[in-house]
Amino acid sequence: MSDSASKKPASKGRRRFLIDSARTACGIGLLGLGIGIYSKSASSMAPMAIRPPGALDEADFLASCTRCGLCVRDCPYNILKLADVGEDVPTGTPYFMARTDPCEMCEDIPCIPVCPTGALDHKLTDINEARMGLAVVVDQEICIAFLGLRCEVCFNVCPVRGDAITLDYRHNERSGKHALFIPIVHSDACTGCGLCERACILDEAAIKIFPMHLAKGELGKHYRLGWEKKDEAGGSLVTPDQEHRYNLPEGMRYDHTGEGLIFDQANAPAMTTPDATIEETPFSSNPLETLKKGIQEAD
Amino acid sequence: MKMTRRDFIKSQAIAAATASAGMAIPVSIANAADKADDGLRWDKTACRFCGTGCSVLVGVKDGKVVATQGDPDAPVNKGLNCIKGYFLTKIMYGKDRLTKPLLRKKDGKYDKEGEFAEVSWDEAMDTMADKWKAALKEKGPSGVGMFGSGQWTIWEGYAASKLMKAGLRSNNLDPNARHCMASAVGAFMRTFGIDEPMGCYDDLEHADVFVLWGSNMAEMHPILWSRLADTRLTKEGCEVHVLSTFTHRSFELADNGIIFKPQTDLAITNYIANYIIENKAYNKEFIDKHVNFNKTPTDIGYGLRPEHPLEKKKTGKGGKLTRISFEEFAEAVKPYTLDYTSELSGVPKDQLVKLAKVFADPKKKVTSYWTMGFNQHTRGVWVNSNVYNIHLLMGKISEPGNGPFSLTGQPSACGTAREVGTFAHRLPADLVVKKEGHRKAAEKIWKLPEGTINPKPGYHAVLMHRKMKDGEMNCYWQLCNNNLQASPNFNEESWPGWRNPANFVTVSDPYPTVSAMGADLILPTAMWAEKEGAYGNSERRTQFWRQQVKAPGESQSDMWQMMEFAKRFTVEEAWGEEQVAKMPEYAGKTLYDVLFENGQVNKFPYEEGTVKDERGNVYDNDESAHFGYYAQKGLFEEYRKFQWEGPKKGHEMAEYDAYHKARGLRWPVLDGKETLWRFREGYDPHVKAFNPDVAKGDVYFYGNKDGRANIIFGPYEPPAESPDKEYDLWLCTGRVLEHWHSGSMTRRVPELYRAVPDALVYMHPKDAKKRRLRSGAKIKVQTRRGEVLSRVETRGRNTPPEGLVFFPWFDAGRLVNKLTLDATDPLSKETDYKKCACKVLKA
Repeated sequence: MSDSASKKPASKGRRRFLIDSARTACGIGLLGLGIGIYSKSASSMAPMAIRPPGALDEADFLASCTRCGLCVRDCPYNILKLADVGEDVPTGTPYFMARTDPCEMCEDIPCIPVCPTGALDHKLTDINEARMGLAVVVDQEICIAFLGLRCEVCFNVCPVRGDAITLDYRHNERSGKHALFIPIVHSDACTGCGLCERACILDEAAIKIFPMHLAKGELGKHYRLGWEKKDEAGGSLVTPDQEHRYNLPEGMRYDHTGEGLIFDQANAPAMTTPDATIEETPFSSNPLETLKKGIQEAD
Repeated sequence: MKMTRRDFIKSQAIAAATASAGMAIPVSIANAADKADDGLRWDKTACRFCGTGCSVLVGVKDGKVVATQGDPDAPVNKGLNCIKGYFLTKIMYGKDRLTKPLLRKKDGKYDKEGEFAEVSWDEAMDTMADKWKAALKEKGPSGVGMFGSGQWTIWEGYAASKLMKAGLRSNNLDPNARHCMASAVGAFMRTFGIDEPMGCYDDLEHADVFVLWGSNMAEMHPILWSRLADTRLTKEGCEVHVLSTFTHRSFELADNGIIFKPQTDLAITNYIANYIIENKAYNKEFIDKHVNFNKTPTDIGYGLRPEHPLEKKKTGKGGKLTRISFEEFAEAVKPYTLDYTSELSGVPKDQLVKLAKVFADPKKKVTSYWTMGFNQHTRGVWVNSNVYNIHLLMGKISEPGNGPFSLTGQPSACGTAREVGTFAHRLPADLVVKKEGHRKAAEKIWKLPEGTINPKPGYHAVLMHRKMKDGEMNCYWQLCNNNLQASPNFNEESWPGWRNPANFVTVSDPYPTVSAMGADLILPTAMWAEKEGAYGNSERRTQFWRQQVKAPGESQSDMWQMMEFAKRFTVEEAWGEEQVAKMPEYAGKTLYDVLFENGQVNKFPYEEGTVKDERGNVYDNDESAHFGYYAQKGLFEEYRKFQWEGPKKGHEMAEYDAYHKARGLRWPVLDGKETLWRFREGYDPHVKAFNPDVAKGDVYFYGNKDGRANIIFGPYEPPAESPDKEYDLWLCTGRVLEHWHSGSMTRRVPELYRAVPDALVYMHPKDAKKRRLRSGAKIKVQTRRGEVLSRVETRGRNTPPEGLVFFPWFDAGRLVNKLTLDATDPLSKETDYKKCACKVLKA
């Protein structure tokens, strides 16, 4: 019946930090410039290593990070590590691995203010604005949501709820009567915290956090999305379209920009319409029943 | 996250694209899977978790379940599972399975304050039997009690009912289903005179409108929700209305998402009835032919201890119905105007009107679903009936897409807890101990001397704990659930009851649960696919499975345990000489002899090879091998006598062997045919049998003598405890998708544990800010009864309104029931886990 909240041995991260920073200090002391050469050679960072919130672009970050380890020390959840000699991450720099220790997205982001050089950008004060990386549903064949199973754990645990991951509802053609609940990640909201990757219930996570440059495609520089530009401009960029008129039989209309051909109510095929209300139809749709009831006098 | 028509078309296009792009599994992976599947024996089982009743195929190799798949031929789930079902087999392989009986001992002897020590089954059962005999001698049959489960197999529940009610003449048998859907049962019996829903899951494809009343189906019935969602996506004009006291996952699909103040669902349901009547939208012909109007006593208290001030204040009692006229009913609901109801419930008027209109529109087919929001309610029976009132006023019932549907939480709440009579007042097949005719019928089928069955209903779940605390019930045997974690008011009632030195508590479980920790004797239990089993889901579907693997160590199934326990009592010890004298041929026999070797239960021979599938695979059946006859079959076939020969028709099931062949059958099964919608001519053959003059396609509610259903007016009455200055928040408990009930199984699945490790307190950001708490902060939740530490979550899947926190109960490390109040519905005796007052402080 013990409280399982403290499921990680709390001391591990801190001890690790002391060892790591001792090594780094020694490294600097003994090797002098050598460490710089080493860290340059290891700058092909392991793809799954994610930088703390507010980290500058990788090149700028490496240039300004002094490997002091203060961010690691101040991480209340002990998720940040300093890269060790021999790891695929430049030695002494901070990172976390989402699958095992994702960022818990502290509201006050304690790892940032302690950064002495701004390698972690002090301008970042709202953790929701952090872009540590980007969650990607990497394997859309094995993610069980795509197979129709009811999982959605990534969606459920996402701290930027309903924005960073949304569910796209689709009809399950195979079963014919179930819906699929497809997780979609939105880069405008995903902070790359990695809680989704940790929570993924598969043996190998189907959703993974990648550093932004690996995760994102880039649109051709010449191309604009017309509907977005129109929204930005608050109207058509060129002359507004004129009013259109159509030759149509009675009872029909045409909505040029939206629905297209519209049947007015009276001409609509007999069916339950979604907005039929009781005021409109207080009676059964079966005329025989209405006849059988006879005259219904109001009180 | 509303799905517009355009979104849907977009989704469809994407879906089509994915389908054509090839959802097929890459060849390399498929080959690897083929290889791993060599030598696997596949067979069907029913999922161990919720009331949906998905079928799951399990693959066994070398005596271990090594693979599973959703059963593609099962109509309920068509090959799908939820995340719990995905990990179903892992629940058997937790690292800490119990494998030997454990007894608290000091200096080599049983001692209430001793440490758990391994003992033999004989020592365990003998010690237990001594305690039970002493309690029976001192207190009579009310001195002992058993607490069972809606997760028991059908025959386990049946064996329990027989052991307690026929064997020990004690009606102190209640299931954890008391906490789950006793209110639904109460309303079914009061309204229809017969238990369980009239419709079935096919309503999910036929309704135009779905209304969720206090159900978070998106998380709690995941596969049903995917069916509902699919209808919402693909059916023109389909609407989903969701009512709750906080926003949860089901609101993602809601066209009308209604947040109401706790307890005001009573007012909302009456408002709709009033709306229907005032707009003359009701189906007069239906009402005239098929409905009686009634009222019920009011101000009936809150099921607390009699000395509680609230109980002293009450002016009414019980639930005896009084017939009233339609006009009187109309007058009764009249105060529930739009203005009044909106004011009371906090629901905007347009939302209430929108909801009322879908019911009042005769052209719309409406299916209502509900679970714990309605059932765990101090007026649960009333509020269940209030929804029946609405459906009955409109005649929207007992046809495809139209009907009220009470969903069950557990895999066999229907099949076991309800149908075989494991409630303190019930006998198998809807019979009750109070009625002489029912007792006589049971005594005849069970071959008992007349007067064996005790006419007085036993202690219900919450009362058992009170009686244990008070030292009036001294022996308690809990099987297949975790009631010490599940039961309300841990600090003041359950824990003191369990640890009362006068009491001897036995817990049968596969794992060391919170309950096991509070027990004096722990019996290691064979679970799920380690025994032959059967469950009955929410839609009256009965599903069987064969024993797939052996249980670890010395674990034995609950059925084995109960039957072995019966061997330790002579009929004289259990019944008294006087009762035995009525059937002298029983003299000197054991309860086991008269209950189980009675020529019925032991009727079907068993030898190795008896249980095999159509492909020739042979399955173990460890209990039958032990007892020397096909025990499960014998119990089921004897139980069927209640259905086919008993005084209440309508629960008929097919013969035993039929179920091993089918993917479940929905009862009543008559002439080998299943019944999908009850009470309507054409769909349900009983209608014509009860009423030969019935018109084609007309309904007849044959559960009641006059064939009419009861509309029962149940007014709004306040909850037992509401927030005040000191305890300023509502506390609501419940579940999450990833974990089953108390988490004793799912928290042992590493992936599920990793996904959702701890129970968090979901809170509105403004409430958090007021208390200077940031998301993730450590907090203390306090009520008048206790306090629990947790962390606050303001960004989670549940977003409560200001003034309410939601705190799930799956976490053994955060015992929410230290906080809850043991207020129950005085009619159903079901606890209200959704409403009490708490405060939240920085820890």
